[in-house]
Amino acid sequence: MDLEAIYIIWLRDLKINWRDRGNLIGALVRSVLWLVVLGLGLRAGFRSVGGVTFSQYIFPGIIGMTILFAAVQSAISIVWEREFGFLRELLIAPIPRTSITIGKTLSGATWATLQGTVVLALAPVVGVSLTVTQVLLTLLLMLLISVTLTGIGIIIASRIVTFQGFGVIVNVILMPMFFLSTAIFPLPWLPDWLKAIIMANPLTYAVDLLRLVTIGLYDFPLMLDLGLTIGLCIILTTAATFLFVKEI
Amino acid sequence: MKSIISVDKLTKKFSGLNAVDEISFDVKEGEFFGFVGPNGAGKTTTINMLCTLIRPTAGTANVAGYDVASQSSKVRENIGLVFQDTTLDDRLTAWENLEFHSVVYHVPARERKQRIDHVFDLVELSNHKNDVISTFSGGMKRRLEVARGLLHSPRVLFLDEPTIGLDPQTRRRIWDYLARLRSETNMTIFLTTHYLDEAEPCDRVGIIDHGKLIVIDTPNALKSRVGADVIHLSTTDDEKMKNLLETKYDVTVKDVKGELAFEKENAEEFLIRVVEDFKPYLTSIGVRRPTLDDVFLKLTGREIRDEDVPPKHSMSSIASRVKGGR
Repeated sequence: MDLEAIYIIWLRDLKINWRDRGNLIGALVRSVLWLVVLGLGLRAGFRSVGGVTFSQYIFPGIIGMTILFAAVQSAISIVWEREFGFLRELLIAPIPRTSITIGKTLSGATWATLQGTVVLALAPVVGVSLTVTQVLLTLLLMLLISVTLTGIGIIIASRIVTFQGFGVIVNVILMPMFFLSTAIFPLPWLPDWLKAIIMANPLTYAVDLLRLVTIGLYDFPLMLDLGLTIGLCIILTTAATFLFVKEI
Repeated sequence: MKSIISVDKLTKKFSGLNAVDEISFDVKEGEFFGFVGPNGAGKTTTINMLCTLIRPTAGTANVAGYDVASQSSKVRENIGLVFQDTTLDDRLTAWENLEFHSVVYHVPARERKQRIDHVFDLVELSNHKNDVISTFSGGMKRRLEVARGLLHSPRVLFLDEPTIGLDPQTRRRIWDYLARLRSETNMTIFLTTHYLDEAEPCDRVGIIDHGKLIVIDTPNALKSRVGADVIHLSTTDDEKMKNLLETKYDVTVKDVKGELAFEKENAEEFLIRVVEDFKPYLTSIGVRRPTLDDVFLKLTGREIRDEDVPPKHSMSSIASRVKGGR
């Protein structure tokens, strides 16, 4: 463990994410569009669930989507670094490999949580009012989920070779993960086969937790949500570390 | 003087082929050591093993007092590396790149700023400290990498083909920095190159070919092994001239890239005789003093550049090879 190395890796990633302003703006615009346009557009067709509007219903789902994309994209930067050589500087440094994974995980999680917070700040726009406790709990949850999702990103990054692969990742992994969770469709509406897929998706339980904390609705028992989310966080972070340590 | 690098029967196999085949040598502390050979001879593989980037298949290597296989972190702390391909972060500024390096190489916090400024001065990039690397030219990047390699005051600086793909002016500059560095410190420099003229200033040169270390000696001693000066000539009929020269002068004539060449003492005087004897057949003739290229030619029977292939050691190919190798 090398705390200063973890810090500088974390800082460097955040600097780079912050400087890529186009990407940041694009991500936030995407979230706002989903929330506002989809929320308004489908409002009429939405049979109220638990007395909330469609915008309110998808609000936690959009937070989930925002951190999903931000975390995975941040971790995928490893592929870029491998392609342009910088990863080598990192891998030959006299620091434990685990410091690199920890730094990368924390930066991805920080970055995703920051973006999630921007969306969370839109709560009043969709008419969700939050207490301080709810805000704090949501932040904590976002951090936990982001760590897991960054782990997924690192695992993907250690498996794909070229940066061109990222578009494929978005379409093959991220979009299905987003759609096949309860982010935008209430679970009871869906046919059984789709329910089965959704229940196999780890993001479902993370979104369920976010929904419970922000608007008080949920599909699964709290303990199941929490157990799966925390368990997955541990498994995926460990797997990511293991795969990354084997690099070069 | 004690050895700072000692290599004993070091071997690396890639899918059954011996990329490096039982090489053994020592480098003394403070020495400027040149490791030369054609592309694909095993130079980069050797340097990668010495830098702990890949594990040896067999044999041992000790760098700065640590075993490359079992004490890789310690080895890494004591060496500086400049690769053929850039490993800079092109989205950070020059200063941020060096700052990052100084932290991960554990340069004490209070010394960082001073050391960074010092290496910026050395490679004359002080005016570009705050520029983002993506705006740098290839030569500036390489100079910055040399600076970065020196930042943590390594005991051995490894330079893997440091001037490949650079313009002559930048090449000159890099050699000047290294000369200055050597006059100021006792740093050991381990250089690989396939430009033999670049190895001329080395204290000792090791020549590697097909994974085997053929010879190791000072440049002067190596050149004296070639012995005489070389007369080289182009003719209207090489085949015939080769035989004529060999029978008439009792020499061995080699045919290199459409030119005939043979060794002779006092070649400049002998030249007149050759011209008198064979004038009608000659299109050009000249004398060369032995260079390291001739040493290579003598030892391997061919020129080092014959094997030239476009540099293929890009980051990704090394990464994939290395990944597969472990």
